[in-house]
Amino acid sequence: MSVTLLDFARGPAMQWALIIFVFGMVWRLVGVWGLRHKADHSQPRVTQGVWKRGLRAVFVRVLPYPEFAPKVQGQYWISYVFHLGFFIVLLFFVPHILFFEDILGFGWPGLPNNVIFFVGGITVAALMVALIKRILNPVTRMMSNFDDYFAWFVTIAPVVTGLLVNANLIPNYELMLAIHILSFQLLLIYLPFGKLMHGFWLMVSRWTTAVRFARRGGLS
Amino acid sequence: MTDPIIEHAVDMESKRFGLKKPMVRYDTQGEMSDAERVKKAMQHFAKDFGYVAATYMESCVHCGICANACHFYVTTGDPKYTPIWKIEPFKQAYKREAGPFAFFYKLFNLKHKVTVEELEAWQELIYDSCTMCGRCTLACPMSIDIASLVGMARHAMFHAGLVPHELWAVALKAEEEGSPLGANPKVFKERIRWMEDEHEVDMYIDKEQADILVCMSSIEIQKYPKSMADTAKVLNYLGLSWTFHTEGYEATNFGLLSGNLDWQKDMSQKIIDTAIKIKAKTVLLPECGHAYQAMRWHGANMYGQSLPFTVVHISEFLADAVEQGKLKLRTVGKTAAFHDPCQVSRRGGATQAPRKIIEALGIELREPASSGDFNWCCGGGGGVITIHRADELRYKAMELKLKQMDSTRAHLMLTSCSNCRQNFDDSGEHLAWGRKIESLLELVADNLIEDK
Repeated sequence: MSVTLLDFARGPAMQWALIIFVFGMVWRLVGVWGLRHKADHSQPRVTQGVWKRGLRAVFVRVLPYPEFAPKVQGQYWISYVFHLGFFIVLLFFVPHILFFEDILGFGWPGLPNNVIFFVGGITVAALMVALIKRILNPVTRMMSNFDDYFAWFVTIAPVVTGLLVNANLIPNYELMLAIHILSFQLLLIYLPFGKLMHGFWLMVSRWTTAVRFARRGGLS
Repeated sequence: MTDPIIEHAVDMESKRFGLKKPMVRYDTQGEMSDAERVKKAMQHFAKDFGYVAATYMESCVHCGICANACHFYVTTGDPKYTPIWKIEPFKQAYKREAGPFAFFYKLFNLKHKVTVEELEAWQELIYDSCTMCGRCTLACPMSIDIASLVGMARHAMFHAGLVPHELWAVALKAEEEGSPLGANPKVFKERIRWMEDEHEVDMYIDKEQADILVCMSSIEIQKYPKSMADTAKVLNYLGLSWTFHTEGYEATNFGLLSGNLDWQKDMSQKIIDTAIKIKAKTVLLPECGHAYQAMRWHGANMYGQSLPFTVVHISEFLADAVEQGKLKLRTVGKTAAFHDPCQVSRRGGATQAPRKIIEALGIELREPASSGDFNWCCGGGGGVITIHRADELRYKAMELKLKQMDSTRAHLMLTSCSNCRQNFDDSGEHLAWGRKIESLLELVADNLIEDK
């Protein structure tokens, strides 16, 4: 039975997950882009390089302005640790590279397994800290909804199941592997529908605000 | 033993220290059913919904970082003042009614329909506790311009008849009488004549043709009339062709602040029509932050096309004159702290103008922490100062502001917004500040070197 589940995970489940991921993402981005774009008739203070300011903002705003840093940089660090950790594990674990090679037709060098397990562990820890902070901070506790907790769950699930597969704690390796793959597909399927889309919105939003305020000569 | 007095029932059950929040208070206007209020709110919210607002609605990751930027959150510690939370019902409504997955949310009822109770409860957050100063926009890692979303939420609230009464009444007065503070054309004219006598300066009114149409805010007309005389003094000094005009003089825009787009348009249109009529090349705006926002950045959009004249804030105008060497000023010496009006500096892009003027006056500017584009708002803008039930909140925000200004130990406290000034005067008195904030324009006018 477990072999069948693994076959399912590797086969149709993967295809459907990718289809829903791509289609959902495009639908949501295009759906918003397709809304009315209002012309701004006000006389711009700055006309040169407005686009560049927009592009710059996408990168500059990676870090908080020094003005706010003392209060918020802890939160930035924790989130960067799990974001970076997640992508290192996703892109540089050798079996993952083989998976991508299958789809893309080319691969790249991976990192030693021990490094990957270490990074995976750090990622889980950072995600746990992020969750605890979310619950303990009255502001984030008040704002949090199903999306916040579910997005957290679908992010940590593939990392935890991945670590379990390789820790060999569970005797049925193939079942564990199937669960790991399915958990990743859950992430793919959920991504276009919730806050995980921020990976795309952050570029659109930063660019939009920066362009709006660049023409005023203001900061964004 | 006597019986206890039972006229005022004593509640012995509630926790003594648990009663933190007073009952929610809200105002309503007009006779409408609850359903109708919600419907109108949603209609008017959706009306000006475009891709910019939708992008912002989609982008929030609920990180709560914006709270750290808000003077109302920072001074009270109350999570409900988290900027993005102030538009929560509208975020819900967007996802349910307008977003790309609206059908999905509706079908499975994933986001419930916004209720009138929610809108009522949110009135305080949308009006009393947001000056639309936009500091949160700079803190948001996603660059969501929360201030503009609050502005849109106000459009919805106005049409649902859910505006704090004082603000609503002031806006209505402005629409009907041409001024929120009773400075109707007759009063305006009288006060100009009075200032003309008092300060012995020529003040032009209703000229048929002039290069510059000069607008004033009601606060100046009624409370700080010297500003009118000082504007005239500077314009005469520069030998320019200018006039006040009784058909278009009121620069404040309570349509914008209260959330009535039609009124906002009416108020802007008066100035635009007058400027066109007298063939003005420039509309000169007074020391008022939201007036600048309303005409400089919204004006053309209310008009529907680009304006056939330029719009400048008095601080930009003075800075230009200084740079061109046309304005000769006495050296004042001394040190000064400058309070940046949010709508002119951070959201207007004219942050450097007052600094150039201050330099030209030979004043050493002492910038406190969090100044310029990151300035703390005075807490009275966006119509908040008109809402009396928000007074305590406003004073709290001002405590932070005064601490910031005092940290410079400067001789002079300066600003270039009469609404900020009025808030400093009122809150300063309440908090026994013992100092006065001064108008940058008035300081310039007092220190002109007349070439004889």
